[in-house]
Amino acid sequence: MTPNLILFLILALVAVATALGMLFSKNAVYSALFLVLNFVTVAVFYLLLGAPFIAMAQITVYAGAIMVLFLFVIMLLGAERLPDTHVLPWQKPLATVLTVILALESTYLLWTKARPSGAVLPPGAEVNTVDNLRAMAMTLFNDYLLPFEVTSVLLLVAMVGVIVLVRREKGQKS
Amino acid sequence: MNPWIFVGLFFVVGLLIPVGAIGIAWLLGPKKPNPIKQSVYECGIETVGESWVQFKAQYYIFALVFLVFDVETVFLFPWAVKLGALGLFAVIEGIIFILILVAGLVYTWRKGMLEWA
Amino acid sequence: MNLTSQDYQVLAPYILLTAWACVLLLVDLFIPKERKSVTALLAALGLAVTLGVTLSQVGIEQVGFFNMAALDGFSTFVNALLLVSGILGIALAHGYVKRMGIERGEYYTLLLFSVSGMMLMAQATDLIIVFIALELLSIPLYVLAAFARPQLSSEEAGMKYFLLGAFATGFVVYGTALVFGATGTTSLAGIVAAAASPSTSTLLLTIGAALVLVGFGFKVAAVPFHMWTPDVYQGAPTAVTAFMASGAKIAGFAALLRVFATAFPALAVDMTAVLWALAALTMIVGNVIAISQTDIKRMLAYSSIAHAGYILMAFVPYGNPAVRDVSIAAGLFYLVAYAFTNFGAWGVVIALEKKEEKGLAIADYAGLGRKHPLLAAAMTVFMLSLVGLPPTLGLVGKVYLFRAVIAGGFTGLAIIGVLTSLISAYYYLRVVVTMYMKEGEPETVRETWLSLTTALTAIVTVVFSLLPQSLFEWASTAVLKLF
Repeated sequence: MTPNLILFLILALVAVATALGMLFSKNAVYSALFLVLNFVTVAVFYLLLGAPFIAMAQITVYAGAIMVLFLFVIMLLGAERLPDTHVLPWQKPLATVLTVILALESTYLLWTKARPSGAVLPPGAEVNTVDNLRAMAMTLFNDYLLPFEVTSVLLLVAMVGVIVLVRREKGQKS
Repeated sequence: MNPWIFVGLFFVVGLLIPVGAIGIAWLLGPKKPNPIKQSVYECGIETVGESWVQFKAQYYIFALVFLVFDVETVFLFPWAVKLGALGLFAVIEGIIFILILVAGLVYTWRKGMLEWA
Repeated sequence: MNLTSQDYQVLAPYILLTAWACVLLLVDLFIPKERKSVTALLAALGLAVTLGVTLSQVGIEQVGFFNMAALDGFSTFVNALLLVSGILGIALAHGYVKRMGIERGEYYTLLLFSVSGMMLMAQATDLIIVFIALELLSIPLYVLAAFARPQLSSEEAGMKYFLLGAFATGFVVYGTALVFGATGTTSLAGIVAAAASPSTSTLLLTIGAALVLVGFGFKVAAVPFHMWTPDVYQGAPTAVTAFMASGAKIAGFAALLRVFATAFPALAVDMTAVLWALAALTMIVGNVIAISQTDIKRMLAYSSIAHAGYILMAFVPYGNPAVRDVSIAAGLFYLVAYAFTNFGAWGVVIALEKKEEKGLAIADYAGLGRKHPLLAAAMTVFMLSLVGLPPTLGLVGKVYLFRAVIAGGFTGLAIIGVLTSLISAYYYLRVVVTMYMKEGEPETVRETWLSLTTALTAIVTVVFSLLPQSLFEWASTAVLKLF
């Protein structure tokens, strides 16, 4: 066994264990924390695959920001402990069916080595050959310059929107 | 040598320091428990109610503002790492990107949303 | 790599407006609360200056920013219309927000950001830009819809609009992803080139295009993706609704038009049937449900759905090169007619609205003809225009539309259009009858900007209908080089 394979197996174990932990925790806060661990494990997978940018985005955006939002919502609603009753009776059978479909799909793709018939190449085949962060930066700051800049305006607007909606004006009733 | 070894070393050292500190305290410290020592410490006052409390809605805005700047970081990561290869033009691009978001920070600040109250 | 002055020229109106909005956001922080009119004035000034820049670009054809955006007759035409809508939106809102006690400087800034998103959408030649522009125009609208919070109906409107809007954006993104999967590019020109190659999966491309269509169907409120419209239009502050009904529709149709006409001509065979059904369904459902409405805001919301159907008619023959240009020009013309009529009608609604959502029933319009003859006359003009009766822009728009649709060989659709217009006459004229034939003491507010807007839109609606040729010619030259 190569070190990479050992590392992969350990990580896979952690990933599955944390995912299960998230599902079976009765306390929503613990679920969220398990999810953080799961996200971090997945980020390490990305690193192993040679995609440092995605790994970094996974940690900052998912494990960081999105989870902070989740935790805030849970704490805000005071809904950290779930009741034992099942609110949606059809949820379990539906979830089972969907899981089986997903498992079959994944098995098929693994079996056939996931070769799409159209044979579409990812943009810039050099991405996987040269320093990929550099290739990404080159694309982002040249071809995708306009979307990049508009994104900052979008973030600004989102921030203003949040403040307009949350802030109480002086003298306004709550 | 594999450059990832340094990252691995960093993790190992990062783990060793807190584990070491706690472990040494556990090894060396005397253990004489009594009920008063084991009660929850809250500034000398007896604890009231549960520790799971509902947050104030106002705090949520910190999370949201944090999210915006967090996403900004993601975009600036390739910019910062590969600045040398990108040239002056990309530097200006990045600065415009940051300036637009600084406008947001100034707005948030001036609206008093950064005050913890 | 560097940008040339050509790149900046392509997006000059957008860059100018966005920069103006960013600066206004900060300037507004230092304008005292009682003088927010200054913000409104500065915002309107920004739109006016941008309009000047846009009009100075008539006749220029260029692409820029690595083929992400285009400046052409089409974008200039749509941008000019969007900017005028923005100015009218501010004119309507200025007094209204003050009267309703929701005046805050961000109203105008957000409106500017929304207009800038709409303009970017009209210029986008890449699906990534379409997506980002869609978000940039939508997010301010979600916030504006909830602007009257903590009033419950407004909060509900903002929430519903946000959830369904996010859902719709999801469709657009998913569709874009599938199109990318099929063709390996998001650029509209690249998609056409890839679609011609035999190795491209047509199935994947068609599903992708259909999902994009669904997403835009939500945005322009086409049946069966219209469910949110009545609640959102009713709950949002009326001035916001007026802007939303015109602006979001214009931008949505502009993007739909550019994406489908330039990227998916190969799919026209399949898409024509779908668009036919969408248009017919939207006209029928919108007009039929509008009949039973007693609230003027809800009635105009269903009317807005119905008009989305009429505009959709112009898209049906998009794959037929013989009639495509004239049909899309007719669609653009109809958007102009709808925008002016719509702003006027909502202006009258604003003039009668009282605090706490009073004065919004159609019954409240009783006696308006005697008490405020000018306002009633203006409302009559708008109602006639919405039906499509002379002497209004609505009639001319419908004539052009039906003519184009029949020329494209879709006589059945034109007949549905005419029949539903007849149905619509019932509920539009009911407002006119209520105003003139019933007794009542309606109270109205007098605000300079509101009166000016209503008068201006009424005059435009009538006068342009008498000389529509030049406007239609402009619309025709606008679409000429799109393909």
